[in-house]
Amino acid sequence: MRLTKTGNEAMAEAMRQINPDVVAAYPITPATEIVQIFASFVADGLVDTEFIAVESEHSAMSACIGACAAGARTMTSTASQGLALMWEMLYIASGLRLPIVLAEVNRSLSSPINIHCDHSDTMGARDAGWIQIFCENAQEAYDSLIQAVRIAEESLLPIMVTTDGFIISHGMETMELIEDKEVKTFIGEYEPKYTVLDIDNPITMGAIDFTDYYFEHKRQTIEAMRNSKEIIAKVNQKFGAKFGRHYGFFEEYKLEDADIAIVVLGSTAGTSKVVIDELRQKGIKAGLLKLRVFRPFPVQEIAQILSRIPCVAVMDRSDSLNASGGPVWTEIRSALYDFNTRPKMINYIYGLGGRNIGLEMLRSVFEDLKNILKTDKIDKQIQYLGMRK
Amino acid sequence: MATLKELSHKKELLSGGHRACAGCTEPIAVRQILMATDTPIVVCCPTGCLEVTTTIFPYTAWRMPWIHSAFENAAATISGVETGYKALKKRGKIDKEIKFIAIGGDGGTYDIGFQALSGAMERGHNMVYICLDNEAYMNTGIQRSSATPKGAHTTTSPAGKVIPGKKTFRKDLSACIAAHNVPYVAQSIPSMWKDLTNKVQKALAVNGPAFINVLVPCRLGWGFPPEKAIEIGREAVNSCFWPLYEVENGEWKLTYKPKEKTPVKDWLKSQVRFKHLFRPENESILQEIQTEVDHNWERLQKLCEFSAGVV
Repeated sequence: MRLTKTGNEAMAEAMRQINPDVVAAYPITPATEIVQIFASFVADGLVDTEFIAVESEHSAMSACIGACAAGARTMTSTASQGLALMWEMLYIASGLRLPIVLAEVNRSLSSPINIHCDHSDTMGARDAGWIQIFCENAQEAYDSLIQAVRIAEESLLPIMVTTDGFIISHGMETMELIEDKEVKTFIGEYEPKYTVLDIDNPITMGAIDFTDYYFEHKRQTIEAMRNSKEIIAKVNQKFGAKFGRHYGFFEEYKLEDADIAIVVLGSTAGTSKVVIDELRQKGIKAGLLKLRVFRPFPVQEIAQILSRIPCVAVMDRSDSLNASGGPVWTEIRSALYDFNTRPKMINYIYGLGGRNIGLEMLRSVFEDLKNILKTDKIDKQIQYLGMRK
Repeated sequence: MATLKELSHKKELLSGGHRACAGCTEPIAVRQILMATDTPIVVCCPTGCLEVTTTIFPYTAWRMPWIHSAFENAAATISGVETGYKALKKRGKIDKEIKFIAIGGDGGTYDIGFQALSGAMERGHNMVYICLDNEAYMNTGIQRSSATPKGAHTTTSPAGKVIPGKKTFRKDLSACIAAHNVPYVAQSIPSMWKDLTNKVQKALAVNGPAFINVLVPCRLGWGFPPEKAIEIGREAVNSCFWPLYEVENGEWKLTYKPKEKTPVKDWLKSQVRFKHLFRPENESILQEIQTEVDHNWERLQKLCEFSAGVV
C-alpha cells in the first residue's frame, strides 16, 4: 500500500500496527506528533493499547519499565531533552533486560536551547545498553520500528529507532505500508520469561548488587549486546525475505571500488547519494557508508570495508566535546587500528542545531578528500562544516 | 476487620533475615501492611532503607513479587506495572486479581519522588502509595529531607554554633496529596497496628489511587534505644505531633484522639536529634514547635468538623 506520510506519521502508523500493550509517553518537539497521533488511535479505538500520558519523560521511561516488567509489550517516543531526562532510566531498562521499543527523533541538546536536528541526544545515550538504529527516511524508520519489536524481544535489550528531527519527522515522503495482519504475524506474540505479575512464582526485580555480583550482572548485559548482532541480522533477513526491503548494519553505496568515501548516519545519506552519483558521472570514484546500526557497533565489518579505501571522511552530526572529534569518528578510528592498511581520515562536525547540509557542502567534502588523496597531506583533521567563520 | 490473633496466623510475606537495624519500625510497618489483605500484591520500592536491607542479591526478604527501579520514581514504576496488568487483563492474558503498592521513604516521596507521586495520583492509577516517613534520608546517613521536623539535627542540617538544626517546619505531604482529591489519604503509625491495617484495607479497597503516610521511628537517625521504637511512635501520636486521620472521598476524619494531649517537648526529649534544643538559648525553638503542633492540631480538628458538615 503506497501512501504519503511524514516520518512521525510513519512511526505512529507502525505503532498502530504493532498495537503494543502499553505506551507511556510525554510530548516533546519534534516527536510530539508521534504521541499525539497515537493518542488519537487510542481514542478512536484503532488500537486497544493502554496509553499513559505521564507528567515527564523520566516517568515515561519509569512507567515503561514497570509495564514491561509486568510482561506487557511496551513502547514510547521522545526526543532531545526528553531522552536526556530518561537517561538514568535507560540504563535501568537495559540492566533489567526489558525489551522496550522507543521511537526517537534526533534533536540537539540545550544549552543553547534549540529544537532542530542533530544527533547529540541519541549519541548521549549511546552507552546506555540500548540498541540504536539510525534511519535515512520515513520508510526505513517504519520498517525498522517493526523489526525493532522482534529484535528487542529476542535479545532482551531495549531498542531505539531514530529519525532526524524535522528533516524526516516532518518531511513528507511516499512510502510503502505493510498490511496490518502481516505486521501482526511478523512480530508475533510477546511471551516474557519472567514477570512481576507471576504471583505464584514471585521474583525480586532490581535487587541491590554489591561488589560480589554487580560486575557479573553488567557483563550479562554486555554479552546481550554482543549477541544482539546476530539477532539483528536474522530479523533484517526475515524482514527482507518477507517484504522485499533489505537492511543491514550499514549500507554500502558505490563503495566497491571507491577511492574516496564518506561515513554518515541518518538523513544525510540521501543527500550524499546525489553527490556521489554526480561525481561518478565525472569518473570520480566516490562512495558512501551509511551506518544504520550504531549500537551494537559493527566494528569488524566496518573496518574490513573501510580499510581498503584510501581516503575517508567521517561525518558527525554531534560533537563529543572531548576536544578530539565526534563520536562516530572516534569509534571508526578505533575500529581501524588493527588493520595494516588504513585510510587517510578526516572528521567533519556538521549540522549542529539543525544547520542545513546541502549538496554544495558535501561536494566540498569530496573535494577535500580528492586533495588529500592527491597530496597525501591533511591540514586539519577535525573540521566544522557549514559554520560561519 | 481481623483480630490480632487471626493476623498472627497469616503467612509473613516479608521474611526474617533482612538487614534492617535492630529496633527499626520499617519491617514492622511492612508486615502489618502486607497482613491487611489476602489479595496478591506486587510491591515497588524506590531506593532507600527498605530496598537495600531486604534485597541484597542473591537474597531477598520478599515472598511476593517486588520491583525497584530508581530513587525518584516508585510511583511512576508502579503506575507502569498497574497499567501493564490492566492491559494484559483486558486482552485475557491474566485473570487473577492483583493489587499494587509502592512503599517509599520520605526522601523518595516528599522530595525527589514528589513529581512522580503527584503525576501518578492525578492519573488515577489503581494503586496505594505508602510513605514510610522516618523524617530524614536515613539510608545515606541521616541527611535532612522536607519531612525533617524543625530543630532536628541531621548531617545536612547540623546543630552547630550558629544554626540550631533544621530551620524550617516539615512539609505536610498528607495534606498535599489530599489536595489531589484522590479517594483515600491517611496518616498512621505501626505503633497502632489496628489503625494501620484498617487503613491499608480501606486504601486497597478503593478504586483509584490511595496514599498512606506512616511515621516510622528510626532509632539510628532519631537516637533512641531500639526497644523504644514502638513506644516513641505512640508518643508522637499522643503529643499530636503525628495525628492519625484519614481523608475519605474528601471527608477529613480523626481516627484517634489522645485522651490527654502530652507536651511535645516530652517526645522531643526522648531523642538525641533534639538534644541541643534543651539548652537554655534554644528554649524559644521548643516553644515554636509546640505552637506549630497546637496550630496544626486545631486546624485538623476544624477541617474534620467542617468537612463532616459539607460532604
